[in-house]
Amino acid sequence: MYKNPILRVCTKILFAPIILFGLYVQFHGDYGPGGGFQAGVIVASAFILYSIVFGLNEGQKLLPPKVNLVLLAFGAFLYGAVGFITMLMGEPFLSYNVLGENYQAGQHLGILIIEFGVGLTVCNVMIALFNSFSGYQPNQGS
Amino acid sequence: MIDIFINNLPILIVTVPLMMSLFVVLVTNSYLSFLLTLATTFITFLIAILLYQEVQSYSSISYALGNWLPPLGIEYIIDHVSIIPIIIISGIGFLATLFAYKIMPSELSDSSISKTYGLWLLAISGLIGLVTTGDAFNLFVFLEISSLASVALVAMGAKQDRQALIAAYNYLIIGAVGATFYVIGVGLIYAITGTLNLADITSKLALMEDNRALIAGFGFMVVGIMVKAAVFPLHIWLPRAYAYAPSAVSILLAATATKASLYILARILFSVFLPSENIVSFTLTYIILPLSVFAMFGGTIMAIYEKDIKRLLAHSSIAQIGYITLAFSIGTKSSVAAGFIHMSNHALIKGGLFMAITSISYYIQKRVTIENLSGLGKAMPITFCCFIICSLSLAGLPLTAGFISKLYLIKSAISSEGLWLSFMILFSSALSLIYLWKMIETLWLSPLNKKDIKIKEKPVIYSSLLLITFLNIYFGLDASLIVNSSFNASNLLLGINK
Repeated sequence: MYKNPILRVCTKILFAPIILFGLYVQFHGDYGPGGGFQAGVIVASAFILYSIVFGLNEGQKLLPPKVNLVLLAFGAFLYGAVGFITMLMGEPFLSYNVLGENYQAGQHLGILIIEFGVGLTVCNVMIALFNSFSGYQPNQGS
Repeated sequence: MIDIFINNLPILIVTVPLMMSLFVVLVTNSYLSFLLTLATTFITFLIAILLYQEVQSYSSISYALGNWLPPLGIEYIIDHVSIIPIIIISGIGFLATLFAYKIMPSELSDSSISKTYGLWLLAISGLIGLVTTGDAFNLFVFLEISSLASVALVAMGAKQDRQALIAAYNYLIIGAVGATFYVIGVGLIYAITGTLNLADITSKLALMEDNRALIAGFGFMVVGIMVKAAVFPLHIWLPRAYAYAPSAVSILLAATATKASLYILARILFSVFLPSENIVSFTLTYIILPLSVFAMFGGTIMAIYEKDIKRLLAHSSIAQIGYITLAFSIGTKSSVAAGFIHMSNHALIKGGLFMAITSISYYIQKRVTIENLSGLGKAMPITFCCFIICSLSLAGLPLTAGFISKLYLIKSAISSEGLWLSFMILFSSALSLIYLWKMIETLWLSPLNKKDIKIKEKPVIYSSLLLITFLNIYFGLDASLIVNSSFNASNLLLGINK
């Protein structure tokens, strides 16, 4: 599969548009269908496609497992951090109203940041799942 | 600043371990990850104690997430009922972490320790969230968080014994079925009431007559939670999961995981479905009562024939869960209080017993079976003493915590169901002496293996064991704290009318 030029070229062409579409779904989530979960899976699919066509090692060069783990935790951390910030501003956990100048701006900013956190975590969880399944070697064991 | 802290206690107790688990996973140094976990569990326990004090003065604290007021938004409720499992989970979580310091490195590879601690905190946070939340769907989310984290924790035992993978897989599949049942039930209830807030569901149900959707929803929810709580015929996942998990994880899960689900069961039965009383009382008398009696005997008899000690204790857990559900099924105020008393005492007892067995397996460096125990009582007197005290507490002998729970259980059984039920309880506790004596006899009266003579007990390991054993005796002598808060809980759950 690695040798097939059509697959390799197509993957390289498709890689950027898939991520672009993922970002569109991500940031369009407040106005239309979409949001962090869907966008995370779409962005992850670009990386998984790359790994399938070029091999797991190449895929892990693109996104090293350590970075993967850090980003995974960071996404969830971002979500919680928004909650803690609103708490420090004297309101209950995750009440976005205090984040902006007025009610709408606060809600908008809050939902944007936590959806980004969700997207980051979902994307990295999908990649981590793919890596650990495809990197599994039955006879070596743990 | 202090204000902010005090106002947000109900959410902090869930989010502090949740957020810290993200950091702990990334820490590569295993010692540092242990320290972070210990600090987090300690802070969680402190928050739990602060909440306990607040509940004593305000009786019920409601916290609206994101300022979306209930019933629209997600509500966290801390009251006399939910504070009991919160204290149990956070307290045992702290003690188990203290105990895990030397145990974890002896059973897991260095690279997986920080991941295990991360999952450990995630499981604790999931369990506390399960108990705190007042929203039916949020409850499902926490059910999944806690059980997925526990599944991964059980699977960490694969380095010691590959059976752990099968155990984790069983736990995953059966647990997922349970969670699905619960969520189907929530769906049906949502369809007829149009709300997810547990208190609001109660008030909406009061306005309608019994219908099929309600009965089906109730059934699905109760069965789903019963799977998670390992009530008798749905307990299949439990013995293997406890037996093959890393020892420290067994302590945490055995002492806390089923307690949270039992609390949810009590809450669904007595407070959420309060208006549809005839369905609930039918379930209690014809389903949960017989199953609990089967659990009491089934668990004890399986434990008698078991050779592997961790499995033996897991089977005995099933019998003890039987006592708790039995207390719930009688359905009077004093019996529900007895259930809560036994819930907290059983956490202390099983925590202590698993700690003792874990220390033994740490010293002899192999799986603890009946044969391996031979004569070890002489080689490790402190562990042995703690083991005996916790065993007596399990059997329900006077001056131990177990006695208090058996006392209240039997008292409430006599006053409402008559003698036969209390006879059953006494008979099954007497049976539990058989397996306890089997262990104590081999520990003390059999000859000691030569290579075990050199064993020296380390203070790092036995200090938390001593602490939990002391609590077993303390709550046997002065049970007022547990008894009072349990009676407060049952008064709140059952209301004034019963």
